[in-house]
Amino acid sequence: MSEAEPTSAQSMVYRGRAWVFDDNIDTDRILPGAWLHLTEPADIASHCLEGADPTFARSAQPGDFIVAGSNFGCGSSREPATFSIKALGIRAVIADSFARIFLRNAITIGLPVLVCATAREEVSLGDELEVDLGTGTIKNLTTGVVHQSQEFPEFLRSMIAEGGIIPYARRRLAERASLQEQKPL
Amino acid sequence: MSQGMTATEKILAEHSGLSRVTPGQFVNAKVDMALANDATAGKIIARFREIEVERVFDPEKVVFVLDHYTPSNNIASATVCQETREFTQTAGGQLIEVGKGGIEHCVLPERGLVLPGDLLVGQDSHTCQHGALGAFATAIGVTDMAATLALGEVWLMVPTTLKFQLVGQTDDWASGKDLALFIISQIGVDGALYRAMEFSGETIENLRMDGRFTLCNMAVDCGAKNAFIAADGVTDEYEKGRAKRPYTKVNSDPDAQYEKVYEWDVSGLRPQVARPHIPSNVVSIDEAERVPVNQVFIGSCTNGGLDDMKAAAEVFAGRQVHAGVRAIVIPGSQEVYLESLRQGYIESFIEAGAAVSTPTCGPCFGGHMGIVAEGEVCVSTTNRNFPGRMGHSKSSIYLVNPAVAAATAVAGYLTSPEEVLA
Repeated sequence: MSEAEPTSAQSMVYRGRAWVFDDNIDTDRILPGAWLHLTEPADIASHCLEGADPTFARSAQPGDFIVAGSNFGCGSSREPATFSIKALGIRAVIADSFARIFLRNAITIGLPVLVCATAREEVSLGDELEVDLGTGTIKNLTTGVVHQSQEFPEFLRSMIAEGGIIPYARRRLAERASLQEQKPL
Repeated sequence: MSQGMTATEKILAEHSGLSRVTPGQFVNAKVDMALANDATAGKIIARFREIEVERVFDPEKVVFVLDHYTPSNNIASATVCQETREFTQTAGGQLIEVGKGGIEHCVLPERGLVLPGDLLVGQDSHTCQHGALGAFATAIGVTDMAATLALGEVWLMVPTTLKFQLVGQTDDWASGKDLALFIISQIGVDGALYRAMEFSGETIENLRMDGRFTLCNMAVDCGAKNAFIAADGVTDEYEKGRAKRPYTKVNSDPDAQYEKVYEWDVSGLRPQVARPHIPSNVVSIDEAERVPVNQVFIGSCTNGGLDDMKAAAEVFAGRQVHAGVRAIVIPGSQEVYLESLRQGYIESFIEAGAAVSTPTCGPCFGGHMGIVAEGEVCVSTTNRNFPGRMGHSKSSIYLVNPAVAAATAVAGYLTSPEEVLA
């Protein structure tokens, strides 16, 4: 799969089509329990959101956006559900709100998520969006309407910038090791 | 004097080396126990290796429970279990093997591996169940868990707390499950999103430990980060012979700040039914349609306790599972299974024509041991009834307490225990 580059080399502005989903899309519908044993990203991606729209995984293109209502990703803590969206190449998920564990998983694995109270109501299936992942601005190019998503707290932005929790954990361990070395015997 | 703190805030402060914390603050908290299971162990282990660390932070504070696809239902599951056994040998951690434990959220309290005042993180969403002991317990994802196994700490945002003050005695056939479903029906499946749910009041004080576990178990099903019930005499009684180290009872200060306080009189609350396809679609059993069922399931972390087995056995005793129904009963742990055997509950199940299995999470999440087919109706004591949760995406799940589930198995349609016992 080839992924579209940002519209300019410096920016985090991306264009893609919108796939629209309702409130309370739970992780059983994002990735049914029967597929939790899968390990290949392409296999996991092929079942993405099949409980909500069985044709979605076949029809969505890398770089597309998911635009959902409230409490997206509720239910089970299954990270493979979050991963299935990333593995399919979805650029970002925009929702009125996210379930807690889904949001946490998205941050730790580096799937961009935007909390925006106005997008779902306005955006229709197939609309062309231009999304700035740096500023959180969402432009609906089909309708001309602009939406602004919430800014994450500094702690989360720095973890996202660091590349998620794996590099964060490596750094924390390295810091501890150097503290240990500095301790007098 | 400064503003008081909720119990959740106190536990987070204490584990972060801080004298006080406030909602919205990010903390790095030390973990007393990190809990994982076979459903995602393989992925956790792979992510742990990416951190390039050899050993877990403290082998005594890490536990892997083989409970989801076990006894292994296919080669993929068998391979993950094998990998998990090897990991606990080489990187460290306790392993709770098939036949030695059961469902993680039933086993950890039984073994005294989580105690009042502790901070527990688990990879399973229903980890919030352990808040019933007066602990802070929350779920984290796979990659998060890998980092926690390496660091022994977890980043958390201090949640605001919702207080649920309940008074009154529920109906004889209602239990912790019905309190949980009632609350979800009142506040919705995202009614406690990101928040702590603190349960208190006369109803909670009179609730036995199994009922408290069930209530706290379903906090995540209204979006909560954690659930909390202050440890009291009921907790002390439960911990006798279980706790192997001293524990701390944490209470909210009288002037603690709550985001919201709900006060409900639940006197005479009847058994509740969550109809398809969302846990908040709740009516009382008396208003529920008498829908014919194909399968009844009794068990899971939500209702796999001894009190749950007892409630089901009382209805099954001397009766038969209806000809058109298959009933499956799965005790939550080996301890519950053995005690159910001694008490004669297992005999009642088998004589009634119910299948009884070794502890597993299997049917609840559509893993194995009771998957439902297209168009089938399942009445279940589990925690979620989203489309496809227990099998085919065009099946229907009704969530109920164990007595209602057993009555339904006997009648062949969704009904109340009184109707069957009459």
